[in-house]
Amino acid sequence: MTTANRWRGRAGVLGGYAMALALLFGVAPLVLTDFRLRLLAQFLCVAMVAVGIGLAWGSGGMLTLGQGLFFGLGAYIMAIYLQLSDAGPGGRPAFMVTGSGVPWWWELFRSPVAAVLGIVAVPGLLALLLGLGVFRRRVKGAYFAILSQASAAAFALLLISQRSTIGGSNGLSSFRSFFGFALRDPVNRRMLYFIAAGVLVAMVAIVHQLRRSRYGELLTAVRDGEERVRFLGYDPALVKVLAYGVAAVFAAIGGALFVPIVGIISPNNVGVVPSIGFLIGVALGGRATLLGPVLGSLAVSYAGSTLSENFESVWIYLQGLLFILVVAFLPAGVGSLPGVIRRWASARSGPRGPDTAQVPEGPPMVDDPGPAAGAAVVRTGGV
Amino acid sequence: MDAVLGQLYAGISLGSVLLLIALGLVLTFGQMGVINMAHGEFLMAGAYTAFVVQQVLDSAELSLLIALPLSFLVGGLLGVLLEVTLISRLYHRPLDTLLVTWGVSLVLQQLARDIFGAPAVEVRAPAWLQGNVEVFGAPFTTGRLFIVALALASVAALSLVLRFTSLGRRIRAVVQSRGLAETSGIDSRRTDRITFFIGSGLAGMAGVALSLIAATQPYMGQTYIVDAFLVVVAGGVGQVRGAVLAAFGLGVLQAVFAYSQSVSTAKVLLLLVVIAFLQLRPQGLFSVRTRSLM
Repeated sequence: MTTANRWRGRAGVLGGYAMALALLFGVAPLVLTDFRLRLLAQFLCVAMVAVGIGLAWGSGGMLTLGQGLFFGLGAYIMAIYLQLSDAGPGGRPAFMVTGSGVPWWWELFRSPVAAVLGIVAVPGLLALLLGLGVFRRRVKGAYFAILSQASAAAFALLLISQRSTIGGSNGLSSFRSFFGFALRDPVNRRMLYFIAAGVLVAMVAIVHQLRRSRYGELLTAVRDGEERVRFLGYDPALVKVLAYGVAAVFAAIGGALFVPIVGIISPNNVGVVPSIGFLIGVALGGRATLLGPVLGSLAVSYAGSTLSENFESVWIYLQGLLFILVVAFLPAGVGSLPGVIRRWASARSGPRGPDTAQVPEGPPMVDDPGPAAGAAVVRTGGV
Repeated sequence: MDAVLGQLYAGISLGSVLLLIALGLVLTFGQMGVINMAHGEFLMAGAYTAFVVQQVLDSAELSLLIALPLSFLVGGLLGVLLEVTLISRLYHRPLDTLLVTWGVSLVLQQLARDIFGAPAVEVRAPAWLQGNVEVFGAPFTTGRLFIVALALASVAALSLVLRFTSLGRRIRAVVQSRGLAETSGIDSRRTDRITFFIGSGLAGMAGVALSLIAATQPYMGQTYIVDAFLVVVAGGVGQVRGAVLAAFGLGVLQAVFAYSQSVSTAKVLLLLVVIAFLQLRPQGLFSVRTRSLM
């Protein structure tokens, strides 16, 4: 790359950030009503999950179907803190009708500092543990996807069963204040929007840096050829765990901000269905791009909230069709549509094989049945 | 003692249900490396087939006899349709297949909701499937006994087909080495299609069995599919015996956990057990390198 190109690239990046900031902090608050702004803030929280998935799935090839677990952890920790702070020092939330005192794990998050730390640390550490356990043993591909999905399913069930301590299937709701700011005040609601927007931009910047760094190259290399990276002397498990952990923390922060903005968190937001739902926006926008996951997620959230109010069944059909059409035929996202059409047109004029060069994809599992194959490769390599 | 036996029976019948669902998954996952998220909806389609047949015939006995083969056909045809239109285009992209079939399952669920309504419909079991029998002094409902028998019969039939028929040989050859099978003149695409038919048909049949003991509603597939996938993961890919062991193992474990804890805690514990188990054997109970399905 020439110096001129690099400068142009840098200017483009700066311009992009400037435009995003102007849109999020200038235009949106000016043109949108309070209600719409609150809705946008909610979408931004979902987009935070998408940014993390973009890193883990798009760049790292880890299809996580269980981000609801981390989203939920962040959300519930925040909800617990908000409930306790509403209840006042030593008080207990109104929904706990029986028993005395609050459970010990509620007390952990009574202080605002502990709550904020917990929102980052609990999901982060859990992702580290789960990730190390799974990736160290070279469980990957569909196996990893299934395990992550099962973890979200189990988490949702656990929440539903804990009616007296965490609200069961009703979840936690009716929060009055956010770190001392009354949630009924429209000014404070605007502040929440600005926080969400700022956090989202920061997350995109972090992912941007990660993708540009040596680590980003390594992550993509692991996605495209895990065994080769291992033979080069790196530990793919560590590379993957970092991306998985970042995705988990992003999801948790998204969940934590979701709670004061939306005002309720329930097992419906964290189970299998919402966990996979996070993925459609990422796929639509282009999983391996920087901004695709954010834009796709915002678009899907918008479409979902507009349609599902009046035409719920239409929205579900559309969601299903999006999954089918985008993932099957536009795996690089909707941005690749012009290229796909061009290729299709040129394929009609001159016969050639299907072009899959643009498909960001892990090693095909058919040829790579896991550790056994790895061992076989090692042996062949030694011959 | 009775309580222990009762819990054991609950585990066995849950294991049979899981086995019936997982059997088809094991087959398709093993052969094509494809995770079919719509598998649960084939099960749902089977259950609704039983409902429709019963609406037409009104006799619980006769309709069950007709519904079993018919639901196999319905599930199988749905499976082949899915294979031909989508899955066959997504070879070498197993993770994308997972998401695409998830989209299919969303559409199928909504279709069922629009056609049959969201509330559960009732499928009456024949009188002889509504009683209890005493097994070692503890009661076992005949409905659940029927499912155990159906699961075992399916395993036996599948094993026999895989071992002794030319179709079974072709399937095993493709599972072991697709390339080599193709150079030996086996039409692997056609074999895939047949495998998908059988696997999806088994799901449809499982739906009929399930309609006798559980509510028939649009989301019934989702209730079981995650557990069924855990069975496949724990049992090992393409391993019928692995699926059998894993299904009954997980079924009994869950029943045991549910006895001492709550059902949801049992699910969490079960997941932890599977993850811990994969630490010991990342490739499942039976390793992929075993060159046979049975």
